[in-house]
Amino acid sequence: MYVAVKGGERAIDNAHAWLAEERRGDPDLPLMSVAQIRAQMTLAVNRVMAEGSLYDPDLAALAIRQARGDLIEAVFLIRAYRTTLPRLGASVPLDTGAMAVDRRVSATFKDLPGGQVLGPTFDYTHRLLDFAEAAAVDPAPLAQPDPAPLPHVTQILDRDGLIEPIAPDDSPAPDLTREPLELPACRALRLQALARGDEGFLLSLAYSTQRGYGRTHAFVGELRIGRVAVEMEIPELGFSIEIGEIELTECETVNQFKGSRLEPAQFTRGYGLVPGQSERKAIAMSLVDRALRWQELGEDFTGAPAQDAEFVLSHCDNIQATGFLEHIKLPHYVDFQAELELVRRLRADAHTALQEAAE
Amino acid sequence: MSDYNFAYLDEQTKRMIRRAILKALAIPGYQVPFASREMPMPYGWGTGGVQLTAACLVPEDRLKVIDQGADDTTNAVSIRKFFQRTAGVDVTTDTTEATLIQTRHRIPETPLTQGQILVYQVPIPEPLRFLEPRETETRKMHELEEYGLMHVKLYEDIARHGQIATSYDYPVKVEGRYVMDPSPIPKFDNPKLSDSPAIQLFGAGREQRIYALPPYTQVVSLDFEDHPFDPSKADHDCDLCGASASYLDEVITDDQGGRMFVCSDTDYCTTRTGMGHRGRLAEDAA
Repeated sequence: MYVAVKGGERAIDNAHAWLAEERRGDPDLPLMSVAQIRAQMTLAVNRVMAEGSLYDPDLAALAIRQARGDLIEAVFLIRAYRTTLPRLGASVPLDTGAMAVDRRVSATFKDLPGGQVLGPTFDYTHRLLDFAEAAAVDPAPLAQPDPAPLPHVTQILDRDGLIEPIAPDDSPAPDLTREPLELPACRALRLQALARGDEGFLLSLAYSTQRGYGRTHAFVGELRIGRVAVEMEIPELGFSIEIGEIELTECETVNQFKGSRLEPAQFTRGYGLVPGQSERKAIAMSLVDRALRWQELGEDFTGAPAQDAEFVLSHCDNIQATGFLEHIKLPHYVDFQAELELVRRLRADAHTALQEAAE
Repeated sequence: MSDYNFAYLDEQTKRMIRRAILKALAIPGYQVPFASREMPMPYGWGTGGVQLTAACLVPEDRLKVIDQGADDTTNAVSIRKFFQRTAGVDVTTDTTEATLIQTRHRIPETPLTQGQILVYQVPIPEPLRFLEPRETETRKMHELEEYGLMHVKLYEDIARHGQIATSYDYPVKVEGRYVMDPSPIPKFDNPKLSDSPAIQLFGAGREQRIYALPPYTQVVSLDFEDHPFDPSKADHDCDLCGASASYLDEVITDDQGGRMFVCSDTDYCTTRTGMGHRGRLAEDAA
């Protein structure tokens, strides 16, 4: 005898208990500490901080462990926690020119003031599985670099009028997490959305511009990674004080020029800025930013996905995307039942019509 | 859960949502943008509804949560538990007892009463979305009351299938002005939207939209004079409680084509069974 399905609550409790067991894995192995994840899975921690829009390596490391290493799930945990935090204010604009640089490379000039600094990069490693790494051999300690402020490459181009000037803008930055996204979105808002957007999505979009879908001929003018002081204006004091330091990756691209016989040619800019060391994402972001600027730069809309702000901004958030995608595994009995009835009725109608036609 | 505010969201956020609700009630059927927050459940799983519920709940409330009409589906259980933990409110499965009902895909069979709030979870709030993917365009279409495209779509259905081939998520017009998406309720439920004594709130978290039907609002399902709207359902009675006018789920009972039909609204069905009504396959059916 059938009775209506019951037991959802017990099923959920059991599923959670099983999940906890799977998460812990083999109990004979020691539990990974949050500090270990933070120290040794830094790039995963950085990605979770960037897409979670919350700069806190300890929480990001905790989220990664809780999410069993599923980074989008970890981003989700961070976002849900971030929701509950008050917004205290906005910092004064970060001065990335004063960045204490770990890495700084330019693809447009062989040498430049401050030089090329490779820093801790995978770039010239041979991707050979390192069996010494498996044996966990500690590397020899290095001398700490002495960071000195370095001028931006685009400043050098700007001085000669070779790149489009960007007027300083003191209007308060919009906050995507406090106001609903309205379209068309200004560049600041677009960049904000890209900065917390999914790395994979931005990578593919940027790649598509390189393959002709909204081509912008980008050069990496400069890519820099390092720590920057965060300052806040304290109204009671009347001046700003440093409240901490965060690691950032900044990418400035130098792109296809605009100009005419009357207007001298100038390079144009694309910009990417991501919390933590997140080079791939910063470069991708700057390419997508540049592609999205087609209108203000008087270019044609070729229908390329990367040019379409509404398309890009509506689909770059992986928490929105994964939630909606996965919701289709929730029950849809009611809607399916309605469709079932409809299809049966349509089939019956067609059957009758066929019979009538045959007679 | 003393680490979180009553009903999870902080008071500033609730105030922002309440403002959007007031605006939505003032312009029935109009989609009000709101700064939807990330919630601890995924987008597409009821975050819009959860934010509305969080903004409306007071400690004296009695909350009912249903999914597909049932109180015991896993996602309904999960959301009900969430508010038990974060708001400590009383919960109930009884439609008449509840002061606030959060629902996914159904309107309860038992008529709602004044003072009740029905909160719908909405995946895609824009009724024109699958005709025009751009938000910038659809907002303009609503502004200009340009709904021709929707009628063309319904007409094409008739031309192709002989009838309007939309069985759920069936578009409605509110007070003769805005075309509105009723959320994916079966079209069987559409007539219950109109002239309801309860407040009906619709929340789409991922899409950042809230809309509403104040009590006693006129809601008309779109149709044509020669193809009037037909709120159909499975042509059966409930096999458990014998109800002839409730929406039914089809349950496959074996692999020989055996099936039975039961009320999708579990509270309605158990209440009727408790009153002694019996269907074809009820355990103690005569």
